[in-house]
Amino acid sequence: MAETTRERAAETADGGRTRLVKGPGMLLVWLYGVMSVGAVSRSIYQISSEFEHAPLAYTLSAVAAVVYVFITYTLVRGGETARRAALVCCAAELAGVLIVGTWTLVEPSAFPDSTVWSDFGYGYVFIPVLLPLTGIWWLRRSRTA
Amino acid sequence: MLDALTVAVSVAALVLAAWCGFAAYRDQPTKDWHFIGMAVVTFLVLVQLIVGIVRLARGEKAEEGTTIFVAYLLGALCAVPIAGFMSLAERSRWGSATVAAGAVVLAVLEVRLFDIWTVG
Repeated sequence: MAETTRERAAETADGGRTRLVKGPGMLLVWLYGVMSVGAVSRSIYQISSEFEHAPLAYTLSAVAAVVYVFITYTLVRGGETARRAALVCCAAELAGVLIVGTWTLVEPSAFPDSTVWSDFGYGYVFIPVLLPLTGIWWLRRSRTA
Repeated sequence: MLDALTVAVSVAALVLAAWCGFAAYRDQPTKDWHFIGMAVVTFLVLVQLIVGIVRLARGEKAEEGTTIFVAYLLGALCAVPIAGFMSLAERSRWGSATVAAGAVVLAVLEVRLFDIWTVG
């Protein structure tokens, strides 16, 4: 019981803005943070050192990085607008993973090097495909009444 | 020395993950003992970072390049402490789950570090 009272107090603490980083949201923001750091550093390295090698793959990785950073930011910021924005981005992320994942399997020759979303995120223990599903579940659950 | 440390950090990280995962399973937040565990794991990673930099300074080369090697060493150093701070902000089972996830991330980084360093 003490738990719920505290959670409510926290919800209203910053000007009535819905907090998205609480409970499972904390784990979610950590995973998005990790994916952001991973994708951003990977993109910076690949684009600055060997872009000509696989321009398509590296551009797609950079797009993934931007999406991850944006979702992390909206989760941390909280509030209804941020929640909706994050929901749209999670859907875009899921679509991205599915499209790029299928694309890499159907036409491997277009990808001399892998992207973050290659083979549905195989190189990242399938976290890229699981994360948006969890994210959408969490964001729908934290909708303000 | 470096390979032994990589194995030691991986094992320690997995133990920490299991331990904090168990706390999450039992609906408990992270406690002082968990933080001591995190400190031990972080200390091992710090030693690994120092040994890695010394090896590079001696002129040895990482198979996949110095930049990637150092970036992974720094990433490995940050993973558990950041998750630890997040568990301080989230005093519930989800804080413990976050630390467990952080420790798993560290173990994965260690596997990659092994590949990055080892020739072949």
